[in-house]
Amino acid sequence: MSDNRLKQLMPARRKKPSLEIVIITFIFIALFVLGVMGAEITLARIFKGFDNIGNFLMRAFPPDFSKVNSVVKSVFETLQMAVVGTVFGVILSLPIALLGAKNTAPSKILANISRGIVIVSRTIPDLVFALIFVITVGLGSFAGILTIMIDTVGFCGRFFMERIEELDPGPIQALESTGASRFGVTAGAIMPMTFPSFVGTSLFALEKSIRGASVLGLVGAGGIGIELNTAMNLRRYDSALMIILVILIVVLIFEKVSRSLRERIM
Amino acid sequence: MISIVAKDLKKVYGNDVVALSDINFEVKPGEKVMLLGHNGSGKSTLFKCLTGFERPTEGKVFIGDTDITSLKKNEFRNVRKQVGLVFQNFNLINNISVFQNVLYGALGGNQGFRKTLNAFASDEMRYKAMECLDRVSLAEFANRRADQLSGGQKQRVAIARTIMQEPEIILADEPVASLDPKVGREVMDLLWDVADERGLAVICILHQMDIVKEYGERIIALKDGKIVKDDLIENIEDSFFKELYELDKADESEVK
Ligand SMILES: Nc1ncnc2c1ncn2[C@@H]1O[C@H](COP(=O)(O)OP(=O)(O)O)[C@@H](O)[C@H]1O
Ligand SMILES: [Mg+2]
Repeated sequence: MSDNRLKQLMPARRKKPSLEIVIITFIFIALFVLGVMGAEITLARIFKGFDNIGNFLMRAFPPDFSKVNSVVKSVFETLQMAVVGTVFGVILSLPIALLGAKNTAPSKILANISRGIVIVSRTIPDLVFALIFVITVGLGSFAGILTIMIDTVGFCGRFFMERIEELDPGPIQALESTGASRFGVTAGAIMPMTFPSFVGTSLFALEKSIRGASVLGLVGAGGIGIELNTAMNLRRYDSALMIILVILIVVLIFEKVSRSLRERIM
Repeated sequence: MISIVAKDLKKVYGNDVVALSDINFEVKPGEKVMLLGHNGSGKSTLFKCLTGFERPTEGKVFIGDTDITSLKKNEFRNVRKQVGLVFQNFNLINNISVFQNVLYGALGGNQGFRKTLNAFASDEMRYKAMECLDRVSLAEFANRRADQLSGGQKQRVAIARTIMQEPEIILADEPVASLDPKVGREVMDLLWDVADERGLAVICILHQMDIVKEYGERIIALKDGKIVKDDLIENIEDSFFKELYELDKADESEVK
């Protein structure tokens, strides 16, 4: 207990938090407190909310399946938007990932551009893109498809890129050493090695797109969201619940199919 | 067949890590060289310089008549096609067939990528790939996925891929280090036979002294990036190997 050298070397009981952490924590707490105050959360409102939910449910039950035929068309439109947008998104994600991944990027500039595209696609919420496309290409499913496509690029572009970067460099070097062209190495080694994970990611993206496409109608970008919005505005909660159930069933079925496909590939 | 020549080779990583210096040798067609040296002595760096994966800081490397240190980045393909590489980890593409892995050996040819795919390759090329597989006694495994093979089988497929490439020179970086001794000897036999049949120049990095003594003909030993021995194995005293071997052991215990 008397060796000063050891005492000096002894780690402190607690580390002093860095200024950065202090500031971030402070901002977080401030946001939280202001948020709670700003939302004017009162017991009265919470009770009123329960009341309204009860009211909504009373009027929603039983769901009105008499008009289910009229929404089937919208369900198909939603699925089509999801499929078409995801397919184009995946196709775009491939070159973007190859140009952006550190181990395959042909140049720094192209890599930064690709990464920029992915970051913008990922960080701007899809409803914002939907609003922009509704303004630029008009109401309807085309705007929805473009939105899904961008959303898919943000998702698949990122995961494809990460997958490529974690590839074992050995087989790539092996093909390079046979004198293969850049294309030969990409198509011969990188594509087969990444294929299972790319398919899995793409199926995830499709699941995500189907969920996403269901609400794009709220801003006029096609699909079943329009029907839902109309039913809500007309206070036809029984129709609305029917639509919600249809969406639930479609998404669940697709997730099941998708999971079994993924299990078979992986 | 052609030789491989290193002339006054020097490689410095960053500002001060001298990985190689004063490297001079020629390996002629049909000559089989074992490259020895403890960890960090520069063996892998030498291979990278010989194949253009690293640019030497000074000096020249000749593959046949071509000075590869004067090549631009996009001119390496033809040279690489002439040098077959065999790796410690085999480096097969795991989730495709053995047959397709062998066909990829032809990627350096000028028939284009598509014509190396099983579905589009010419009958001759497909037959040739089967001959290569047969040479390593794995014709029956053509349809297997590469990751379903044992280590020794994988290395034999990798050798079949190299045969398919029709190289003039083979560089092998610890080809048997991940294999048990018996399988390692089978792979060494195969590698040496393939080289002899075709009169190839071979440089093989090895760590197992018993295999070095059994298969060695000419030995080049590196220490701290310099060649400390370049001679036929019969001219090298046992004490030299012992010293190298001890060094290796000391090295390993240091890591532990
Ligand atoms: N890419 C690199 N960057 C910096 N130093 C390296 C690099 N590759 C190897 N070295 C250094 O060069 C020396 C030789 O390494 P290496 O050629 O891998 O030896 P060996 O294959 O004989 O074990 C070592 O000191 C190693 O740390
Ligand atoms: Mg090494």
